[in-house]
Amino acid sequence: MYDPTVARLTYRGLLGRRRALILGALPVLLVVISLAVRGFGGADDQVAADVLGGFALATMVPIIGVIAGTGAIGPEIDDGSVVYLLSKPVKRPTIIFTKLIVAIAVTMVFSAVPTLVAGLILNGNGQQIAVAYTVAALVASIAYAALFLLLGTVTRHAVVFGLVYALVWEALFGSLVSGARTLSVQQWALAVAQKVAGGDLVTSDVGLPTAVVLLAAVTAGATWYAGQRLRRLTLAGEE
Amino acid sequence: MTELSIDHVSRWFGNVVAVNDITMTIGPGVTGLLGPNGAGKSTLINMMGGFLAPSTGTVTLDGRPVWGNEQIYRHIGIVPEREAMYDFLTGREFVLANAELHGLDEKAAREALATVEMEYAQDRKVSTYSKGMRQRVKMASALVHDPSLLLLDEPFNGMDPRQRMQLMDLLRRMGDEGRTVLFSSHILEEVEQLASHIEVIVAGRHAASGDFRRIRRLMTDRPHRYLVRSSDDRALAAALIADPSTAGIEVDVAEGALHIQAVDFGRFTALLPRVARDHGIRLLTVSPSDESLESVFSYLVAA
Repeated sequence: MYDPTVARLTYRGLLGRRRALILGALPVLLVVISLAVRGFGGADDQVAADVLGGFALATMVPIIGVIAGTGAIGPEIDDGSVVYLLSKPVKRPTIIFTKLIVAIAVTMVFSAVPTLVAGLILNGNGQQIAVAYTVAALVASIAYAALFLLLGTVTRHAVVFGLVYALVWEALFGSLVSGARTLSVQQWALAVAQKVAGGDLVTSDVGLPTAVVLLAAVTAGATWYAGQRLRRLTLAGEE
Repeated sequence: MTELSIDHVSRWFGNVVAVNDITMTIGPGVTGLLGPNGAGKSTLINMMGGFLAPSTGTVTLDGRPVWGNEQIYRHIGIVPEREAMYDFLTGREFVLANAELHGLDEKAAREALATVEMEYAQDRKVSTYSKGMRQRVKMASALVHDPSLLLLDEPFNGMDPRQRMQLMDLLRRMGDEGRTVLFSSHILEEVEQLASHIEVIVAGRHAASGDFRRIRRLMTDRPHRYLVRSSDDRALAAALIADPSTAGIEVDVAEGALHIQAVDFGRFTALLPRVARDHGIRLLTVSPSDESLESVFSYLVAA
């Protein structure tokens, strides 16, 4: 199911180009914001939860997910170099699964790790806030990576659609329409975080069982469908 | 012995028929797939390589289906037309990755790089390669698992004459070793120099098949049209029509020119200057009016 060569090609492609700079910029920004907040206002649990929930989980994690998820396969399909993977006796679902693992790992490293660091800076993990949001970021990384990897196999404009989903659906639409929040990776991750934190600083609109089922279903479904997409992927000529 | 069978294969995209009911068998040796741009060569090669499902018909390699069968790639090596190839790797890393995906190791990669004589630049990034170097590394990646079928889409595009010669030698060698080698091209001379067998595709249809000499003859024997201007068009016309190498001459008074249809290319080209000299006529313009590749091919379709 996992091919180390596909993995190597994927992460070198992801981390070798300009993407690495974009991937690194947001975590740096989060840490800078946290240092500033802590420096000016001191440790405050509510502020810590606001920064981690409002910026880290709501904005940074989905954007990193878009870059890593779509970047794990989109550019190869776009420029045609995926032909070197497809013309091998390697099962297409293996290619997708391997790329998913890489996308998840990259998303986790660039989103969950800085979230933990920021949380420790903000309030020293008071009330388990840093750990709770880190767990949320880890959980969200899996679902986002799977969703955006699928998006990368579906459209050439995966980054645009991904950002629209992440910013418009998750952030804007979700705050206006309550139904939209039920179908939000962020809310599912928050449900898990709520369980970890225990207090009322971290809350979700979705119950834990629903969240876990939806997370698993979306991740598995997206991965399966991406495998199907790749199996049917046609590389039509230039003509 | 490897045989690629294309059996009543068609492929359409929406309302556009790119490949129209083609049946052919490609056997060992070098075969050229010849046709003008847009004829459907890439579509056909993509179906041969298992990257595109035929709308109808089947493509099989020694009886096994090519589409949706990734195990078939143990026997097929592919050199795509597109340039992109993990430019952030070095040539050696790229070929090694291709070897690993076949379950092979460093040794196979080394041999493939030696075959295409690219060892000298193997540690440079692919992004720094010239067109010809890229083509050779692509070849190495296609040869790494010693395939019995090699598919190349427009492999000579953009290569300089020396690189072209090297690649031709290599492909010829592959054919002589008993591999089935198929390459596409829109340039007759390329195909003629390399392929012992030619398949011609025009407008999605299989126009001709066989030995290149036969196809070459068909191409040179076709009626040629010329536009000729001279100091005395009518006298020239009268003198030319007496010879069997001309089939028809029209005096275009408005244009001040002759439209000549010649049936025997070689004889007519020798005749025209001689007749003009003998009659003291000055030739002002002699230009072939249908030398485009498309007109050559469309004649083949009719033949």
